[in-house]
Amino acid sequence: MTTTPIRGLGHPVKRKEDPRFIRGKGTYVDDVKLPGMLYLDIVRSPYAHARIKRIDTSKALAMPGVVDVITGAELEKAGLAWMPTLMSDRQMVLPTERVVYYAQEVAAVVATDRYTAADAVLAVEVEYEPLTPVLDPFKALEPGAPLVRPDREQKTNHIWHWEAGDKEKTDRIFQEAEVVVSQDLYIPRIHVCSIETCGCVVNYDRAIDKLTIWMTSQAPHAHRTVFSLVSGIPEHKIRIISPDIGGGFGGKVPVYPGYVIATYAALKLGKPIKWIEDRSENLQADSFARDYHIHAELAATRDGKIRAMRVHTVADHGAFDAAANPSKFPAGLFSVCTGSYDMEAAHVAVDGVYTNKPPGGVAYRCSFRVTEAVHTIERMVDVLADELGMDPAEIRFKNFIRPEQFPYKSPTGWEYDSGNYPATLQKALDAIGYQELRREQAERRARGELMGIGISTFTEIVGAGPSHTFDILGIKMFDSAEIRVHPTGSAIVRIGVQTQGQGHETTFAQIVAEELGLPVENILVEHGDTDTAPYGLGTYASRSTPVAGAATAVAARKIREKARLIAAHLLEVSPDDLEWRDYAFRVKGSPDRFKTMQEIAFAAYTNFPLGLEGGLEAVCYYDPPNMTFPFGAYVCVVDIDRGTGQVKVREFLAVDDCGTIINPMIVEGQIHGGLTMGLAPALFEEIVYDDNGTMLTGTFMDYLLPTAVETPHWKTDKTVTPSPHHPLGAKGVGESPTIGAPPAIVNAVVDALSHLGVRHIDIPITPAKLYQLLVEKGVAE
Amino acid sequence: MIPGPFSYRRATSIEEAIALLQQYGGDAKVLSGGQSLIPMMKFRLAEPAVIVDINRVPGLDTIEERNGLLSIGGLVRETTLERSPLIRQRYPIIADTAEVIADPLVRNLATVGGNLAHGDPANDHPATMLALRAEVVARGPSGERVISIDDFFVDTFTTALAPDEILTEIRVPAPPPRSGGAYMKFERKVGDYAVAAAAAFLALDEARKIVRAGIGLTNVSYKPLRAEAAENALLGQAPSDELFRAAAELAAQAADPTSDLRGPAEYKRAVARTMTFRALQKALSRAQAA
Ligand SMILES: Cc1cc2nc3c(=O)[nH]c(=O)nc-3n(C[C@H](O)[C@H](O)[C@H](O)COP(=O)(O)OP(=O)(O)OC[C@H]3O[C@@H](n4cnc5c(N)ncnc54)[C@H](O)[C@@H]3O)c2cc1C
Repeated sequence: MTTTPIRGLGHPVKRKEDPRFIRGKGTYVDDVKLPGMLYLDIVRSPYAHARIKRIDTSKALAMPGVVDVITGAELEKAGLAWMPTLMSDRQMVLPTERVVYYAQEVAAVVATDRYTAADAVLAVEVEYEPLTPVLDPFKALEPGAPLVRPDREQKTNHIWHWEAGDKEKTDRIFQEAEVVVSQDLYIPRIHVCSIETCGCVVNYDRAIDKLTIWMTSQAPHAHRTVFSLVSGIPEHKIRIISPDIGGGFGGKVPVYPGYVIATYAALKLGKPIKWIEDRSENLQADSFARDYHIHAELAATRDGKIRAMRVHTVADHGAFDAAANPSKFPAGLFSVCTGSYDMEAAHVAVDGVYTNKPPGGVAYRCSFRVTEAVHTIERMVDVLADELGMDPAEIRFKNFIRPEQFPYKSPTGWEYDSGNYPATLQKALDAIGYQELRREQAERRARGELMGIGISTFTEIVGAGPSHTFDILGIKMFDSAEIRVHPTGSAIVRIGVQTQGQGHETTFAQIVAEELGLPVENILVEHGDTDTAPYGLGTYASRSTPVAGAATAVAARKIREKARLIAAHLLEVSPDDLEWRDYAFRVKGSPDRFKTMQEIAFAAYTNFPLGLEGGLEAVCYYDPPNMTFPFGAYVCVVDIDRGTGQVKVREFLAVDDCGTIINPMIVEGQIHGGLTMGLAPALFEEIVYDDNGTMLTGTFMDYLLPTAVETPHWKTDKTVTPSPHHPLGAKGVGESPTIGAPPAIVNAVVDALSHLGVRHIDIPITPAKLYQLLVEKGVAE
Repeated sequence: MIPGPFSYRRATSIEEAIALLQQYGGDAKVLSGGQSLIPMMKFRLAEPAVIVDINRVPGLDTIEERNGLLSIGGLVRETTLERSPLIRQRYPIIADTAEVIADPLVRNLATVGGNLAHGDPANDHPATMLALRAEVVARGPSGERVISIDDFFVDTFTTALAPDEILTEIRVPAPPPRSGGAYMKFERKVGDYAVAAAAAFLALDEARKIVRAGIGLTNVSYKPLRAEAAENALLGQAPSDELFRAAAELAAQAADPTSDLRGPAEYKRAVARTMTFRALQKALSRAQAA
């Protein structure tokens, strides 16, 4: 019998992946070095919109060490000048006629070393004829606006219109409502900024006719399928390996032109090719997030009961719709914008627009536009409270979906699985001393000081998703796990999702440990290699635990069912006489007669009953019955420096509810990181273009990532409301804090100025922006 | 982010360094901490053909007080400055300045000499050295010369140094009695160059009137600025918040910032005012404690 503790669910097991990272022994794509490898570097456009008149590669080709220069004309002959996006749009790999955004890929250089490649990029001569760029999505929709995409049949910059909810009912309520508030909100373009940039190493082995691609992919299987469809190479001849990944955050879901060019070059030249972006390329050309221009309205009664919500949004997608949303959701899950509040009706409409900016619209640490949705509702509730002179906590209590209303059908069609919003908010208010803070605020106001308290009580929607609704390029959004228990009682688990820092190697081992009663250290979790891992859609949108975590639990339970038969055989009783208790199969009524999984595993190879197959393994492809709906209550306290406009976050408390917790230490780590990533867009980050469409924020000098110095001390707490439909009751947590934090911070800043008539400020609330407001309100120092 | 081709020469004496600079003329650049030069080369904003590394040149990394002067060697690293007990106790304004430059990784390499020689109005030491009325010592083929800090900054990225001259030392007058200085910087995040920053130095006489005043401003003009009118307004006066506010206003008027991602010009001017006011307050409290 094993004496090693199991350490299943609920244990703060230290991360299995950390020893190799701490020692600098991780393997990232740039660590992959193959004999004879060549280096690819990319020539990029200095214009946001221009016709290409001529590309002269001769000087570059003449440089010693330069092996090849690839242009769009060459790719066109191979049928690879364009590639499909995950949103059924198409995107240029390399242009043949025109460039449509600043820093767009124009040509690629292959050289024997990185330095020569960088020099050769400058030697490629490109003659451009600049065209007028369209940068403002509203202007892009005006008649006569220059066309971003003349290649399309529809001669307009409008991509799609999408809506949800009941328009007629919503309009009717707005007509008769006692109070209506409306607000424009802009959620600016930001970047995921994973510390590891994108890149790949491609090797085509002629001898075995196999293409192997090491790439920074959050979804290796989906990428393999796309590569196979685009190239015509049979899928079993392609192997994608996603090794250690230095952050994904949604930015490593799309396929970038560099991957396609590198693959083409490897096939053409018969040599391994490495392509790694530098920081500026990553910031300038890779997928952005957000960029939503929102007009939102709430209809309410005079005593503060919200009746309906109406939202219209213009979504700037850049030059190609290269978001990575589920197919049926071009605006992602934005329709969850009614949030934690019970209302009679809602109507949400979104229009996607092309502009001369890099393509994207990825779900940056967010389950497909939920950040935008939560920002909208959490701001609007405060706007309404301000209109009615109500306390922001009071208006929330008044409008929360009540615990007994779950499962709750939202007015835009979602079924919220479980929640207890009032309890979570009450816990947060008590812990932070809300009434005391309000008293302090009144005193400070009397002295002319600016202090604000902000609340955000968000609801997330994660775990995409049920196959009846969710697919990407037709592939259903199930996920998978494969477990094999070895004779001596250790096990290997292979999963279809891909860790990028979330700690899958630890948490998924804990799930199996819990379900099978094997110590967590004896369970190895593998992922990211399409030749060995089962097919899955990958990690983003907080879907790993809700979907692949469920698959792992279910696969483990299948193993347990087989183990029961073996245990019955060993104990010479009927399977029905056994119960699984305290990590062993025990004979009902005589719990001292039992078999552990370790004993059973050995028997599965050495002494299994006649008629049963040997071995102990199982597979599960889990199709979730519903999404899960994590939620939380965040309270933020800020002070404003009247001499500089700087916001200081004095205190921040996050009470999260993500259902059952697998590893509390990892959950806390996810929350700390997520809150910091929520602080970033609230106060710091924004991608800025000048009037020509040149990006001004192409380095970390100007694209401002907050550091530990800017980050306040995060206080965290939790409530636990398990998901009723998930095998473990778990809901997913990675993205809640990124989503919940920005409105808490903005609400606090606006609260600090509300007595001066300030009702809304767009993010990022930079010191310069805030100081201007202080000047306008006559309170600048 | 890979620099263009260049060759690298390492000097082991000041004479050798000067000879190398003479040999290559304008094509060569001195390398000290490399924390400004190398990023510029990586972005190919600077493409020197030759780099003359002076890091192995002995004798350029000392900090000492002699003959009523503080002498800081050109190769003194920010980290050394920041931790020096002499600097912390006697010249806290310089410690203030070193502490808010970039981040610890940069400060481990970046040098005071490089910080001044780069001629970047966004760098922090120039304002402090202007407020302190420092002098810069330069060595070239024809020997050593001493340049007043007021004559040192010529234009953006241009100083009074000739291409074959090396900044070897910075001299700062030792603090008189009842004096104190402070540096206040406002940055968007740690490691950022200043939105605006101010260095203030005050000395009081026995009657507690201001007898010396120095105010330097960072990143609010094409070159580092000394706010002369503001200094003059302080002289002979008894310190008060009201006086400091008036001086800060004059400093803000002297500022001539440009609008960029750090904010509109008007905003930077306001921050310069706030920083000047706060630096004066802190300088005064140090002078009073001295
Ligand atoms: C991320 C980052 C953030 C930064 N933030 C700040 C900041 O907030 N405030 C700030 O003040 N600085 C900042 N810096 C700049 C940093 O302090 C620089 O190191 C400093 O400006 C130059 O010093 P250096 O020793 O690195 O000089 P180098 O980079 O080696 O040289 C800079 C220039 O000066 C010349 N030079 C250097 N030494 C001499 C000499 N002895 N004689 C003649 N010429 C010489 C070089 O030829 C070159 O042209 C930052 C740098 C980085 C990388």
